[in-house]
Amino acid sequence: MKTLRQRNIRDYIMVSLLILSTVLVLTPLLIIIGYVVVNGIGAISMDFFTQELGSPARAMQGQPTGLIHTIIGTLVVDTIGVIIAIPIGVGAGIMLSEYPEHKLNPLLRVLNDTLNGMPAILKGLLAFALIVRPMGTFSGLAGGIALAFVMIPIIARATESALMTIPWSIREAGLAIGLPRWRVVLSTIVPAARIGLVTGFLIAFARAAGEAAPLMFTSFGNNYLPTHWTGMILGPVDTLPQRLYSLAISPYSEWHTMGWAAGIVLLVFVVALFAGAQLLTRKKAYNT
Amino acid sequence: MEVLSKGDIKTASHSPVLSKPLPAIYRWLGDRIFLTVAVTLGLSIIFLAGAMAWVLIDDGSMAFREFGIIGFLTGTTWDPGVNFTFGALPFIFGTVVTSVVALGLAFFPAVAVAIVIAEYAPRWLSKIIETLVHLIAAIPSVVVGIWGIFVFAPWMRETVYMPIYSWAAESHPSLLPILGNPIGYGMTTATIILALMIVPFTTALTRNAIHQVPKEQREAARALGATRWEVIRMAVLPYARGGILAGAILSLGRAVGETMAVAMLIGNKNTFPFSIMGPAATMPSVIINEFREAVGNLHLSSLMAIGLVLFVIAIIVNLIAAYITRKLSITGGQGI
Repeated sequence: MKTLRQRNIRDYIMVSLLILSTVLVLTPLLIIIGYVVVNGIGAISMDFFTQELGSPARAMQGQPTGLIHTIIGTLVVDTIGVIIAIPIGVGAGIMLSEYPEHKLNPLLRVLNDTLNGMPAILKGLLAFALIVRPMGTFSGLAGGIALAFVMIPIIARATESALMTIPWSIREAGLAIGLPRWRVVLSTIVPAARIGLVTGFLIAFARAAGEAAPLMFTSFGNNYLPTHWTGMILGPVDTLPQRLYSLAISPYSEWHTMGWAAGIVLLVFVVALFAGAQLLTRKKAYNT
Repeated sequence: MEVLSKGDIKTASHSPVLSKPLPAIYRWLGDRIFLTVAVTLGLSIIFLAGAMAWVLIDDGSMAFREFGIIGFLTGTTWDPGVNFTFGALPFIFGTVVTSVVALGLAFFPAVAVAIVIAEYAPRWLSKIIETLVHLIAAIPSVVVGIWGIFVFAPWMRETVYMPIYSWAAESHPSLLPILGNPIGYGMTTATIILALMIVPFTTALTRNAIHQVPKEQREAARALGATRWEVIRMAVLPYARGGILAGAILSLGRAVGETMAVAMLIGNKNTFPFSIMGPAATMPSVIINEFREAVGNLHLSSLMAIGLVLFVIAIIVNLIAAYITRKLSITGGQGI
């Protein structure tokens, strides 16, 4: 039998170990963010937001280069992804939560979770085989679809759980006043769950926006702005995560600096999305 | 919600909704169309999962036919340049070693953070820690990668690898082949970064599991005179073990699929044998590095076949996690 003193000492040791681990986990985070912010801010200039990248020679001769084409490309590809992913994810979420008697639901749930657990790079390979190969060219469209593959399972899952938080009595009330089932879903359940839905969209978007792996062989990358706007959708397009990777592994120190700048832009973008999701969650917790 | 406000219920008997029934076409056809649309969208997810399996099997079949399934999985040469011989073992080995070791490194600190958040810290502090942990999860893989390339790997080389290497060179030269070249980019560096990247995932899942432990469980232990740690050790952790274990396995799945940061830091050496500090490769890293510049159909097919192996590993990991969650936990697994 241990004495109380021994047990208290053990308690102290464990508490210190726990606190030590927490500090150990959080320190690298602060170091990484610190480095990205310090190096990134130093590398950001007006040219960064107004010029296109061009060839490495351009940077080495000190001519103005920037990533305007990358920023536009990121917005285009992300928008395509969101436009494709939200209807599919929400539709599947509605099927899972509002039609629990449907025979395909168990299969859908298992496959959705499986897709969610699949590495993003495999979604890139899938988009390559389904879009890039038949089209014969790398394109922003293929990149957007690859990102949609990343977002769809997250949105479906989030929609299902957001709709499930609405009590069944509300659905029954809607049916009791004579609304058809589809009006019950669209006019009462979806509006009531809207904060949860938007939070799910934001989390899915933030996850996809930081992914480089699915874009490497779908939107591929491009050092220049396309000459015509359709080139953004039908031709190879630059995106921030993929450009950041290319800059970081390039042999030119000017490009490394630019990589840090791309890093801070990407970090701010993704963290802003996450912060938005967190704020919405808090608002929801406050309301209920 | 608006539909159900008090006024509506009071006047419901006079509202047009009840006084005359909706046209059948609006009810019946509307429901039909709505269900069809929802099911079609749901089916597209089923189609996607099927398409992924089909694409990887179909495209990888050429490599499997050429080298045989066992031959491909156990082949140790990856030579896209001269002989066009492809074997996946170096990458399977690299993936398994980096992700298992990373999980080993990450598991206890991650569980510790979850315990601090859920049991020890005051409310305001646990909010802050939790937000910071979410923030780690939010940092894109490539951003961690660029920090690794320019800061972490050089630092590891100067302060860790070089001293060990020179010590080994002086006193135990036989260790040198096992240690490998201390260039900074290699298996150890990639594994440490990988561990850092899966910590928030493990923490979030562990915290969920701990949150589901009923309050009475803790109160009972305290009433018996247990210290704070004993409450956690005897009442909380055993109750949450299913969720924690499933979370650890899902984190392993994360580590297996993590691509960009690993590709940037592992050094990308495609030949056996790997060494502790020296460069190596994983399945995702070889796909990222070579798919864009793949020469010839056999090379492309071999990369797709590696994708298929990755797919199978990811499925197995997810199934095990789902099984553990169902078997050991009380509520069923709602991940993040």
